[in-house]
Amino acid sequence: MKNNHVNAVVVGAGAGGGVVAKELSAAGLIVVLFERGDWVSFEDHDNDELLSQRTTVLGNAFGPDDEKYRRVVVSDDGSTEIVYPSDGAYNNIAACVGSGTVSYGAMAWRFMAEDFRMKSTYGPVEGSTLDDWPVSYDDLEHCYEKAEWEIGVAGDPSLNPFAAPRKKPYPMPPFAYNREATMLESAMKRIGLHPFPIPMLRNSVPYSGRPACVRRRTCCGFACPLNAKCGTHNTVIPAALSTGNCELRTRCVVGGLIIDASGRITGVEYFDRDGTKQEQTADIIVVAASATETPRLLLNSTSKHFPSGVGNRYDWVGRNLQGHAYTGAFGLFEEDIFDDVGPGATLAVSDFSHHNPGIVGGGILANEFTRLPYLFSGIRPPGSPMWGEEHKEFQRKYFRRNIQVVGPIQEMPFFDSRVQVDPSVRDSWGIPVVRLSGHRHPKDAEGCEFLSGKAETILKEAGASRTWRHLPGSGLSGGQHQAGTCRMGDDPRTSVTDRFGRVHDTPNVFVSDASLHVTNGGFNPALTIMALGYWVGEHIAGEWQKGNRFR
Amino acid sequence: MDSGSKISRRDFIKLAALGAGSLSLIAGCAPNRPSGRAVLSDDDAGLLGAIADRIIPPDAWPGGRENGVVAFIDRQLAGPYRRFTEDYRRGLDAVTESCLEKYRKRFESLSAEEQDSFLREMESGSLRDGKWKAGFSTRFFAMVRNHAMQAYYGSPRHGGNPDYASYKMIGLDFPPVIGQNRYRP
Repeated sequence: MKNNHVNAVVVGAGAGGGVVAKELSAAGLIVVLFERGDWVSFEDHDNDELLSQRTTVLGNAFGPDDEKYRRVVVSDDGSTEIVYPSDGAYNNIAACVGSGTVSYGAMAWRFMAEDFRMKSTYGPVEGSTLDDWPVSYDDLEHCYEKAEWEIGVAGDPSLNPFAAPRKKPYPMPPFAYNREATMLESAMKRIGLHPFPIPMLRNSVPYSGRPACVRRRTCCGFACPLNAKCGTHNTVIPAALSTGNCELRTRCVVGGLIIDASGRITGVEYFDRDGTKQEQTADIIVVAASATETPRLLLNSTSKHFPSGVGNRYDWVGRNLQGHAYTGAFGLFEEDIFDDVGPGATLAVSDFSHHNPGIVGGGILANEFTRLPYLFSGIRPPGSPMWGEEHKEFQRKYFRRNIQVVGPIQEMPFFDSRVQVDPSVRDSWGIPVVRLSGHRHPKDAEGCEFLSGKAETILKEAGASRTWRHLPGSGLSGGQHQAGTCRMGDDPRTSVTDRFGRVHDTPNVFVSDASLHVTNGGFNPALTIMALGYWVGEHIAGEWQKGNRFR
Repeated sequence: MDSGSKISRRDFIKLAALGAGSLSLIAGCAPNRPSGRAVLSDDDAGLLGAIADRIIPPDAWPGGRENGVVAFIDRQLAGPYRRFTEDYRRGLDAVTESCLEKYRKRFESLSAEEQDSFLREMESGSLRDGKWKAGFSTRFFAMVRNHAMQAYYGSPRHGGNPDYASYKMIGLDFPPVIGQNRYRP
């Protein structure tokens, strides 16, 4: 049976797609929201570390599964390997309603004004496609505010002197520090830093009909059994559904855009939960499938009008794949610190986000989310045995006596770090899979060297008896903070979409996820992805209400 | 038998006889066997348990074998780790062969010091003959080490760590009692 034509199709019910679906359906558009995964709940994984989003060794509790999905990773020497979603090299983004916002740590960062003007602030960086965004912080400020109030953020903006200006406070008060954060707070202040509670997409008080957080240790990497963590799955997506204008189709895999004989994009082809191929036509298509799956969908959509994929006339789709170079330090202490007040991360400094001598950008530093026992078994000072008596003794002695201070370094976009589609490997629906290649820009290592040194200084000041730094490798970046592969820009020759996320060369195809990021900030990106969802959704809805049908 | 082995088949049989037991013969999936295991044979389980007890040695708290490492790995080999079955088959055989060559004993019969020394050779990749070629010893050791840690420190629902024994060892309450088990200075 043929599906009824709708006004808009949104592909991907994550941080970006959930927001867009709500904005469009609230404005009266008839919307179909596609999600390849399904609804998930805490009961699906319980307190099980081995299935958590941080340690997916026995599979991804939040999808996708290892049976149906795969990717190809190309090494610098040209050799290729097939990888599965539970492998780190897959660079997975959760496949479920809400996507990463179900299981994330829920840090709710606004980028700073400089983050949208990296090239103007720091000048060009050799070998990098570093550039300014076509939108500014001021353009997005009201979108951040909407995300904070509609999805829900707890924090205290007055304590971070480096935060970009805002018009409205957070809707909820900040979370109290745990014991390690209290120790770090005084250490940071002694060395002249400006610690503050991390803004969190988590209820510190009852909000929006959902209860307050009880500080569970199994939070980051897990769904919340109380629904106290705020994602798109328990805020904007239910709001979209309650308009009566939005239908959510779960376990449906969108394989390509439908392009008619005139070159107009008229909808999407998808496989429903029974594996049957179907079509859904729409006036507008919004692709919000993640910085790996969005370019895959565009590249897999070819015709004589789009011989190398939709939006790819100048070969920018899939380019500039970036994530975050995570770096920091561990400290060991000779007294118990662990107080089991989840999720662990509670305090940060933004002193090193920008204007560091010799560094382009920078990053926040925060105390880390609780390291559960298996994860902790991989954390040892350099040169220590990774098994045997000493390893076991360390586990016993230091599980409750360690602190990690860590942060995401803003990466320099690199044109040859990229998502392509593989010429031969297909997923279980027969759709060509993502092919990943590239590596980090060398400049990122300088930022990591700098930021990890600061983390170590803080830990020493806090009284650590031993400290060591950890630095990321130079290989391909992406991970859960993947971004940049369909960057927005004013010049169609050096970008994929315009400033509203509309794909160049098409009147009616939009992108609304981290693919749009020109640069990825030195912050966890979820709130920015949500803000862009409001930015794109508000633009489409506003134009629609003026009579624009995007033809 | 690994054709890359340096010893002849006849020598090998002699060495195997010294070891008084068969080589690892990972059976197909047979969940109703008397052992209660789905994949690993008794010999596999004995060897893997011995390795697990060096990766996480028994002391005042259980070692890897007692804390369910073998049960965990066996169960995962019939599930999400099915793709590692061939590596286990090959790796466990190679451990037995190498130990018979080197010590004229099976791994299980070596002293703890010899076992550690052999495992360190595996870990560092200094075992390089045919059965360990192309970095297999390092890869196999890392895999067994990681799976042992997962079993020992992970959730009991996968067959290891009964009653959260390792959580008790490191002082992590389970179940977490919200509001009751906060740090008190």
